[in-house]
Formats: sequence, C-alpha cells, structure tokens
Amino acid sequence: MRHILSILVENEAGALSRIAGLFSARGYNIESLTVAPTEDPTMSRMTIVTSGSDDVVEQITKQLNKLVEVVKVVDLTEGSHIERELMLVKVRASGKDREEMKRLADIFRGRILDVTDKCYTIELTGTGHKLDAFLQSIEPGVILETVRTGASGIGRGERVLRI
Amino acid sequence: MQLTGAEITIRCLQEEGVEYVFGYPGGAVLNIYDELFKQNKVKHVLVRHEQGAVHAADGYSRSSNKVGVALVTSGPGVTNAVTGIATAYMDSSPMVVLTGQVPTHAIGQDAFQECDAVGITRPCVKHNFLVKNVADLAMTIKKAFFLAVTGRPGPVLVDIPKDVTQATTEFAYPKTVSLRSYNPVTKGHTGQIKKAVQLLLDAKRPMVYAGGGVVLNDAAPQLTRLVRLLGFPCTNTLMGLGGFPATDPQFTGMLGMHGTYESNMAMQHCDVLLAVGARFDDRVIGNPAHFYRSDRKIVHVDIDPSSISKRVKVDVPIVGYVADVLDEMVKIIESSAQRPEPAALKAWWAEIKEWQRKDCLKYDAKSSLIKPQFVIQKLYELTHGDAFITSDVGQHQMWAAQYYKFDKPRRWINSGGLGTMGFGLPAAMGVQLVNPGATVACITGEASIQMCIQELSTCKQYHLPLKLINLNNRYMGMVRQWQELFYGNRYAESYVDALPDFVKLAEAYGHVGMKIEKPGDVEGALREALKLTDRLVFLDFITDQTENVFPMIPGGKGLTEMIFAEEL
Repeated sequence: MRHILSILVENEAGALSRIAGLFSARGYNIESLTVAPTEDPTMSRMTIVTSGSDDVVEQITKQLNKLVEVVKVVDLTEGSHIERELMLVKVRASGKDREEMKRLADIFRGRILDVTDKCYTIELTGTGHKLDAFLQSIEPGVILETVRTGASGIGRGERVLRI
Repeated sequence: MQLTGAEITIRCLQEEGVEYVFGYPGGAVLNIYDELFKQNKVKHVLVRHEQGAVHAADGYSRSSNKVGVALVTSGPGVTNAVTGIATAYMDSSPMVVLTGQVPTHAIGQDAFQECDAVGITRPCVKHNFLVKNVADLAMTIKKAFFLAVTGRPGPVLVDIPKDVTQATTEFAYPKTVSLRSYNPVTKGHTGQIKKAVQLLLDAKRPMVYAGGGVVLNDAAPQLTRLVRLLGFPCTNTLMGLGGFPATDPQFTGMLGMHGTYESNMAMQHCDVLLAVGARFDDRVIGNPAHFYRSDRKIVHVDIDPSSISKRVKVDVPIVGYVADVLDEMVKIIESSAQRPEPAALKAWWAEIKEWQRKDCLKYDAKSSLIKPQFVIQKLYELTHGDAFITSDVGQHQMWAAQYYKFDKPRRWINSGGLGTMGFGLPAAMGVQLVNPGATVACITGEASIQMCIQELSTCKQYHLPLKLINLNNRYMGMVRQWQELFYGNRYAESYVDALPDFVKLAEAYGHVGMKIEKPGDVEGALREALKLTDRLVFLDFITDQTENVFPMIPGGKGLTEMIFAEEL
C-alpha cells in the first residue's frame, strides 16, 4: 500500500542523510521525497511517499521516530489529506503540434512558463495521477524533458502537523 | 573564563565524572592529548589499536553501567574504531566516542587522515555530531552523554576538528539539556500494565523471557521479585544472562539457537509469554512463522517501541523503562488477592520438568581429551560463579553461556548482536579497570584471541591480571560446526594452521603462559592461575577438535526443531 509520511525534522546538516540512510539500510522503499524549511527556519518538513504492508509502514514510522533529529512523524494516508506535485515539462511545439499543445495544457490547467519558436515549457500541478495522465496524453516523442518534485502533502481540515 | 576547545573537552569529561578514557593519540587530537597530560582527574588508557579502545570502553560500561569513553584520532583512528562502535550499538551500550577531525577549512579537501567520521558511523551510532564551532562544543558533549544513557542506550560520537580544539570561548558546563526532537517514552502505560498483569494472573502455562534490556536498565532485582512472586519459569537470552539468577530453580537456562530444550519448548508451548527487554531476534526464536501460535498471548515490555511487533506481533505492548514497569507489576500483584491457579501451574511445571529430564547439556565427561564444557564448569566451580566473564565469538562463547551459571547481572560481557571476534580481551581490560580486585576471565578461542591479541601489551602496561581461557581446538569452531552439519564436512578455510605458541607469546608480552593438554590437569592449572592474582595468565587449553555446541536450532528452523548431541 502507498503511504505518505509527513516528517518534521531539525533543519540540520545530516538530517536528510540520516533519513535516507535509514530507508536504504533497512530496505524500505522511497517513491519520492521532498524537503524544504518550514515557516520556522530551524525546522524542515519532509514528505516521503513509500509503500509497504501495514507492518512495514509501522516499523518505518517507529524507526523514523527513533532518529534524534526527527521531531514528528505523521502518516497522512491514515486520514483525509491533500496531495500535490509540481511538474515542469518541456515539449516540442512547432507546426501543427503548437496549437494542440497549448489546448492540452489548458485542459490540464497547466501554465506555459517559457516559449521559443520550437518548444514550450509547461508547469503543471496536481496529484501524481494527473501528471501521469498529462504525460500519457501527449506523444512520447514530443516530450523533451520532464522534472517532477514528488508529492507534498497536508492533512485536510483542522488536522495540523506542528510541535 | 576563556578556554580552548581542547581544555573544554577535558573539562566536560571531568564534569561528567569520567574516570577512564580509552584511546590512541594522533595528529588531529594532539591538542586534546596535551590537555589530558596537564591534569590527573581523567586517566587515559593507551590501547594498541583503536578497536581495542572502543571494546575496552564498552566492557567498562557493561560491567558498571557508567558511560564508556573512547578517544581516537581522525581517519584511520575512526575507521579502526568502527567495529567497536557497531558492536556497542548492536548491544545498546552507553558510550561516548570522541574523534579528532582535520581542521574545518580542510574538511572535504581529501586532507591527510581525513575521513567522513559522521558519515561512516551514522548507521551504527545512536547519534553523532560534527562540532564546527567551539561555542557549541560543551553543549554537544553534554548532549552526547545525555543521549548515550537515556531511552535505549547506545554509542554517541562527537567529531571535533583540530581548529575547534585550538579556538577559545567562554566555558560553562551546561547543567541541563533539552532536545525538542528527542523525548523517548520512559514510563509504561498503567492501563497496559494492568492488562498485562491480568493476563499473567490468568495464565495456565506462563513463561518469562528476559533479555539484555533487564541488565542494561538494572532491573534484575525487579525481575527476580516478579518471577518469584508468580512462581513462573524464566529464561534469559544470551544478552540477558544474570538478569535472573541462573541457580534459581525457576530458571530454565538460556533459550535460542543454543538454548536448552526446556526453555525453547516452554517458549513454544506457553499460553502467556512475558517478554522483557528482549527483541525476538533470529538467534532466539528462529523462524517467526514457526514461532507463531494464535492461542499464545504475548506481553512485551521494552524501552524501544521499534523493538515491539518487529518480528513477532504482540498482544500487550508496554513501552518504558523495564525496571519501573516490572516494579509496577509487582505492586499490582501484591495488592491483588488473585494468584496464578496453583493446579495449572503445577501441571505446567511437571511438563517442564519432563523436558528437563532430557538433560540436553550433557557431554562426554569421561573423554581422554579436554572437553571445552568441562573447562568452563571447572572455572565456574573454582570462581564460585562470582567472576566477571567476557568472551569472544564462536563455540567458546556458547559454552560459556551454557555452563557458567550467572547469578548476578553485568557479570557476563559478550558481543551478542554484532558477534565481534576480538571483543573479549579488550572488553576484559575495561571490566578489570572498573572492578579492581575482581576475578576477570576472558573465555576465548585461538581464532578470536588473535584478532585483538596486541592488547596483551596494554594489559602489561596497566597491570591488568586477567585470566585468559583459550579453548584451543585449532579450528574456527563454529564455522567448522556449520561446515560439518550443513556443508558435507567441507572445512573451507576453518582450520587454523601455523598457530603461535601461546605460552611463549604470553611470556613475550611479559605475562604467564600455561599449556594444558590433559583433562586431569585442568583443575590444577585453573587453581594455580587464579592464585596469581597480580599476573595475567594465558591458559591455552588444547581441547577436543570435534566437539560441537548442542542443542542447536539450525538456521531458519523453529524452536522445537532442535538437534542434540546424541542424534549425530
């Protein structure tokens, strides 16, 4: 099962490698990992998308909590939550494709950030599925480059993660 | 007052009440050594290899429950220390390891004797720090000592660049430490404890399984009270030996891969299992799928939540210091009118007695060759079970665990988790230093002892009168045993040819050496060695090469799938 873990960590050198090292040393999966400082610059928030049985995810959570620099861990998938990922995709946009590409970007509520006579760079946000759907809807040969941030997540409603 | 980083380091150790630092000097730690030299509160023990320093600090800690401290230089000093650090980590020993680092401006430049100490040790420490600013040094060392002993103990490494030891700052040793990200649960949940006690009182076929957590948390008195109050059988893991008195009739012996038949059978067939400070590891329960039984309830008390329901699902998890939890259990039972049903308990004990009749530890005592088990038994008798015993890793370790009956905690010091050959001798040095006057014996084998043999020189320098019991079978015995049982007698590289003359070797280091070749000479030699209370004695026992450790659960098998000596 896919799980989204939200982690508050001390914003210290080495915290990221401790967490990444834990996943590799114990053989856990990381599908994606995002991290950046929070409104409190001494703390960073990380979103890790992982997969495993309930037992494995329970162990992951416990092992993360054991790390001295980890302040708090929440499994967002335990409750209702919002998940977003950002993708920048550079596509070939010339000739008859140019108009079609613009239309497709509009349908997916993407924004064209950069234009040349031959290509567009499109920004898209959404769940991973939506980004996948966009990529599947265009011809693979048209895609020049993609970059994705991995999912960031937050609980719905009053559910907050803070110390 | 303005102090240098080196002065601060030593002042911090003094403030922590550190008696001994085990270490080895080098370029990056010269300033710290210079400050060590100028004072006499903290004594330094100069080892012959950094691995020895960390094992010695570990042995010191395990036998005393004080924090062990090691000090090594950058680069190879750190990499040599890694085995010791990983050993301490696996067995949850509270330690602080101070490492020198190249100056901050040289970090990342591939400087001479540079290595990423924090990176290399990250997976085998409880936590580690690189101190980049002298202003952070005192607080970091304070944090290191705090982290080492609280919650589940473990080694903490502090990496100190050379320029930080030279820089100056105002010094005041912090009185308290708080880490917002570190709040281990230390008090067991009362509701859960009550639930656990009810399960225990209602049990018909109870079993108590206690591990190293009992020893580490000094919970042996509480465990002993609880077990005696309930009248339940009790087993100890390899790390837990001494946590419950081995000569108590309620003790069923060690369990696990080389545990007793009765302990393993009782573990498998009990209806309520109380696990305390133990972690159901592979050498204890074997195959978890085989161990699983739907009609067995498990109560698990441990300081580390990640040890609970890791390999075995439990019914009543209790996270907290085991001493306090056991204390609370005793209080609840004492104030309750209910006791375990005597008839059920009697029937259960009758079943256990039947298993005990198998006498699974018997061996050929009439052999004309020295049986290793016999040496341990004699050592046990002659030291009245009151010696500190360290061991290396292999057959001798298992025989020591099986045949030396530990009645007190912190008397049995071995590398259980990592299984580090070479641990025994340096660990014994730490044990002897913190227990001067006590009999400290290292039970070892001719393969293990050679992994840290250079420490014989340290023993001479510090007048450590250890007794080394070398069970010399000319083989890496446990490797040979597996090759005999599972690899068709193909003894690949397990025979050790060209062994040194250990008597001469001991003498060359300035110690007493003895070679014992006949069973009839075992007792006399041990008596003579024990009488030499001011000398290290190396006893080289030439033992039966074919002897194996039994009972044995083959790898991947279940607790009831033991094989016995007589079956082969």
